[in-house]
Amino acid sequence: MPYQLVWLIFLLPFFSFAIISLFFRPFLNHKPKLGGYITIASLTASLGLSVWALMEVMAAPGHELPIPDINWVIIEGGITIHLGLMVDSLTAVMLIVVSLVSLMVQIYSQGYMAGDPGYHRYFAFMSLFTGSMLALVLADNLLFMYVFWEMVGLCSYLLIGFWFHRPAAANAAKKAFIVTRLGDFGFLAAILLLFFNTGTFDIAELHSLAITGALAGTTLTWAAIGIFSGAVGKSAQFPLHTWLPDAMEGPTPVSALIHAATMVAAGVFLVARCYPLFSHSVEALTTVAVIGGFTAIFAATMGLVMTDIKRVLAYSTISQLGYMMLGLGTGGIAIGIFHLFNHAFFKALLFLGAGSVNHATGTFDIREMGGLRKFMPWTYATFVIASLSIVGIWPLSGFWSKEEILASSLGSQPILFYLAMLTVFMTAFYMFRVVFLTFGGKYRGGGSEAHGKPHESPSVMVMPMVVLAVLAVVSGFWNVTGGFGQFLGHGETHSFAQGFFGILTHPLPWLSLILAGLGILLAYAIYSVKWLSAERIGSMFKPLYTLFYRKYWFDELYENVFVGKALVGGLFAGLQVFDTYGVDGAVNGVASATVAGGRAIRKAHTGQLQLYGLFIGIGILAIILCLYFFG
Amino acid sequence: MAVGLEHYLILSAVLFSIGLYGALAKRNAIIILMCIELMLNAVNIAMVAFSRYIVPLLLTGQVFVIFIMVVAAAEAAVGLAIIISIYRSRETIDATKIDLMKW
Repeated sequence: MPYQLVWLIFLLPFFSFAIISLFFRPFLNHKPKLGGYITIASLTASLGLSVWALMEVMAAPGHELPIPDINWVIIEGGITIHLGLMVDSLTAVMLIVVSLVSLMVQIYSQGYMAGDPGYHRYFAFMSLFTGSMLALVLADNLLFMYVFWEMVGLCSYLLIGFWFHRPAAANAAKKAFIVTRLGDFGFLAAILLLFFNTGTFDIAELHSLAITGALAGTTLTWAAIGIFSGAVGKSAQFPLHTWLPDAMEGPTPVSALIHAATMVAAGVFLVARCYPLFSHSVEALTTVAVIGGFTAIFAATMGLVMTDIKRVLAYSTISQLGYMMLGLGTGGIAIGIFHLFNHAFFKALLFLGAGSVNHATGTFDIREMGGLRKFMPWTYATFVIASLSIVGIWPLSGFWSKEEILASSLGSQPILFYLAMLTVFMTAFYMFRVVFLTFGGKYRGGGSEAHGKPHESPSVMVMPMVVLAVLAVVSGFWNVTGGFGQFLGHGETHSFAQGFFGILTHPLPWLSLILAGLGILLAYAIYSVKWLSAERIGSMFKPLYTLFYRKYWFDELYENVFVGKALVGGLFAGLQVFDTYGVDGAVNGVASATVAGGRAIRKAHTGQLQLYGLFIGIGILAIILCLYFFG
Repeated sequence: MAVGLEHYLILSAVLFSIGLYGALAKRNAIIILMCIELMLNAVNIAMVAFSRYIVPLLLTGQVFVIFIMVVAAAEAAVGLAIIISIYRSRETIDATKIDLMKW
């Protein structure tokens, strides 16, 4: 098949978006199922093409497909901006992740969103998002990528605010959009900085410039930091992490797709895509590692105390994204992206499980659940598999990628390694806190409205969860002998890749397994058999508990101090003064100067016709003299 | 001393200047009107003189003067009518007091 077919991977979901929004919504609104079917059909085709692209990339020399560019913008004077696709191993892996998770989520959504009045709108946005995300990973130049980078942000906004009639959802959508924009500003600045210094947006060219050293020094560092700031915004890293927990106001499948598996991972992808820019600047790479390592533990502490199942998962996502950044900052592309690859499956599964639980009980509050193991065996089984995977239990997928990250951080950033180890313990604790509170014990009544007895979700929702559960088990096996590292990176695998059982001969995996086991045990002791009372521990560490529960007061800090005092009270008030006295003053000043001038000059109109005549005479005389002397 | 073109032109200029002075400086509207007539006739003299001395075979300038006289007569009629009208409404024909167009 010709390589141009790769264009269809992202164009098909766009077609689906266009058909749903232009044709189905206006004319066939009474047949909501159609929107879901066409989305699923287009994504199945995209997935098929993605698998084909992966096969081709694996077979191709240098793991890259040659795809002809299209000239997009031609500026006289020699600047041509191409519209092209870059299909290398990184893209191929991302294509599989995005199209596969998206397909599973769309199938699940048919059950979860059934009966929603915005069903068509939902699938239209989901198609648009998937198309933009696929285009984002395919783009071969930064400008093209930036367009889709913003489009996924837009889709995120639209889908978080999907139930816009709820003020919380509308506010969360705005917050997500605005906070992410802060990071995007840095990304845009970095793109322009690179363009002014090199005259190109092309990623491959920038790579070679960084590798040959033509692009180096502070320019490179600033560009890399700018790109990373875009990644910080999108991937909800500290200090722009505040939007992601609030983004859970959107429908749960949206959280699974956008805010767990794909869009938030776009930041990690971006760093990986521009990796040579980072790897040739020690400062930039250290920044990535430190921000990632810190975010991992920082978010995990907040995840410990949340009572909303989706918020726990949101903090867990932030924490895992921090791991990926840590992996990129200390190891290489393969290490960070491998965790992204595995994380996409098990975290999407966790969110789908949370959605399934919500479907059964009508609440997201884990204090009101309990005992669901009996009612929802499939959800329980898949949720536990995903939890074990994220905790990093051998031999599930999370284990393989997390060990790589831990090993690489031990090699270059020992302090971050200890933080990451502590995070392993916390991850185990908060995940199994959720598992025990949700599925163990007795049913505590569910949501406030009468919801009836909890029940297993319909098979259209369970089936995608089972598929993802299988992937959460097996996706890690790709790198058991270093296959993923060789495919993606350039030999940057750690000594870890020593086979299925060989890895257990190292002390490091045992250390993290023991920490994870301790975390699970603690959660078991507190929330299942209740040897320890959660309230007692909570009051014992009251200040710490409050600190975590109030999210370190970051929302208050941003809203009251930065926005309230610094922006509204300071900058905006100053600008308002400038507007009132500067801008309005200029406008009104012109007007009043004209009026005053008119008032003064009108005195010349005396009404004395003879005076006018005199002036006319003098004028004529002046003209005559001028003509006589100068004419 | 032969009377040449320049003498007529000087006479014309003198008459015109006197007329202009009167039109601009006098207060009585009727005198202003008379001064305007004076200026018109100064122009007539100049025209006839030009016609006689420069193109003696053509009568264009002379005929034009007849037209100006007709227009001047009409103008005098209209001007006097206006002055009468102003006098009726304002009880004066002092040009400095007729300042309805004042700011």
